[in-house]
Amino acid sequence: MTFSIETSDLTKKFGPYTAVDHINVSVKQGEIFGFLGANGAGKTTAIRMLCGLLEPTSGSGHVAGFDIMKETSKIRSRIGYMSQKFSLYPDLVVRDNLKLYGSLYGLSRQTLDQRIDEMSAFLGLGGLFGRVTGALPWGWQQRLSLACANLHKPQILFLDEPTGSVDPVSRRNFWDLIQLLAEQGTTIFVTTHHMDEAEYCHRISIMISGTIAAIDSPQSLKQQYKCETLLDAFLAVVEGSDR
Amino acid sequence: MQNDIIINDLHKNYSGEHALAGVSLSVPRGSLYGLIGADGAGKSTLLRICTTLIAADKGTALVCGFDAASDFQKIRNQIGYMPQKFSLYQDLSVRENMQFFADLFGVKPGERDERMKRLLEFSRLAPFVDRRARNLSGGMKQKLALSCTLIHTPKVLFLDEPTTGVDPVSRKEFWAILKDLRNQGITIVISTPYMDEAHLCDELLFLHRGKVVRQGNPGTLLAAYPYRIYRISSSCSTLTVPRGVSLPHGVALLYPEGGSIHAAISDRSVRDYGILSLVRPLLPHAESVVQVGPKIEDLFIHLLSQEENAQ
Repeated sequence: MTFSIETSDLTKKFGPYTAVDHINVSVKQGEIFGFLGANGAGKTTAIRMLCGLLEPTSGSGHVAGFDIMKETSKIRSRIGYMSQKFSLYPDLVVRDNLKLYGSLYGLSRQTLDQRIDEMSAFLGLGGLFGRVTGALPWGWQQRLSLACANLHKPQILFLDEPTGSVDPVSRRNFWDLIQLLAEQGTTIFVTTHHMDEAEYCHRISIMISGTIAAIDSPQSLKQQYKCETLLDAFLAVVEGSDR
Repeated sequence: MQNDIIINDLHKNYSGEHALAGVSLSVPRGSLYGLIGADGAGKSTLLRICTTLIAADKGTALVCGFDAASDFQKIRNQIGYMPQKFSLYQDLSVRENMQFFADLFGVKPGERDERMKRLLEFSRLAPFVDRRARNLSGGMKQKLALSCTLIHTPKVLFLDEPTTGVDPVSRKEFWAILKDLRNQGITIVISTPYMDEAHLCDELLFLHRGKVVRQGNPGTLLAAYPYRIYRISSSCSTLTVPRGVSLPHGVALLYPEGGSIHAAISDRSVRDYGILSLVRPLLPHAESVVQVGPKIEDLFIHLLSQEENAQ
């Protein structure tokens, strides 16, 4: 079987410091994969390598079937990226942010118009087209950011802490959309510090100082560490490694 | 009991929109006071008025006995404030950042070193004292920001979502520090999107669209939760609530919670063993049903849906 994301001993060193240390991850198409770990564990470095933004020191990886060493531009056109530090232009109206992102991804005007319509219907953004982005509530900016990352129909969506400071209800609404995208076949690769969100993932990995300390479904991890919540299981994995 | 903060009928509009629409509260000295609410509920606005950064349109805010509108200079000497985006100097070291904030608050050089020593020990940042702020992990940055906020030994601390983007282990450490501070008699007002943190507060205020919906200690608030909650799970798969369906009679709310589903049952006549058959049409893979006590997360979802339905 071919995987959407597959790495083999992927490693990144910065001078004497090993940020990512021989990680092996395989993610299937349509899977929601939670890439967890403490701050500074190496998650962002790993994601930057997978997105073709940073060259690995050793090891190999394939994303959407392409080599992360050599075929980075092919990878970049097939992935979407969204983080809580949205790169939306706050002074532009919603419609112009969508057009800008679509153009950056090289969509033709006709395709772009169609995709903007599709994404607005999907995310319920239609009524907001003429509004200035920076003046929208946080939850709507988050949806717009998701729409921008999705215009070019990426096979894989990288979500790097997409829900920083969102309340419990908005967070559930956002995850409902993510699950819908996954059901439609998009692979989701997500980092988060909210353990209740990690529960929505089909599988998660927990990274500690550059290595993957645990990888399994949330349910199996809870059983394995005899914990009722994933938060407790996470603490057990990470704090257990200190000793 | 003495109150460090007394707020009466506070109003604030931003270009015609209510950020605060008549908020009153009091925070007892030495308590850990939590602000929760949906995005845009008014939490940050409330904190900015208390810390004298913006003025209210109407109403009064007394902090440490001083009026936020007229005695703001006196208030600023007594409080510490950590906004959502605290400005650490990225190219200064941990030590230099703390020295900078000490100078800014006019801490005398003799006292400064003693306080820094204590805070570094307290925050366990001592081994990293020469590291630049840029190279700290997210959790360490927040601990440094807190240390800078504490350098002038404030009596009241205002923290606006200090643990956003911080991993669970660092969050636990951060809260252990807050508990210590509280036990030393410092009053702490904190907003948070994490409901597990809300459980750790002495008092909670739930804001919605600029109004107080509930306030009280977590135990009392949860005792008044109106429904029975059942956790519905399946051993083979993660259950999901189907989209766009109406709930069966007697089920007030149905939502995902930690890999399971929570059903809030409003009909007292529905018995425990009747729950599974009630929800099966919506959750065909449901296997087990266990009654659980409500948590603040459940209360939050209930209050928000109640408020939204009332709109």
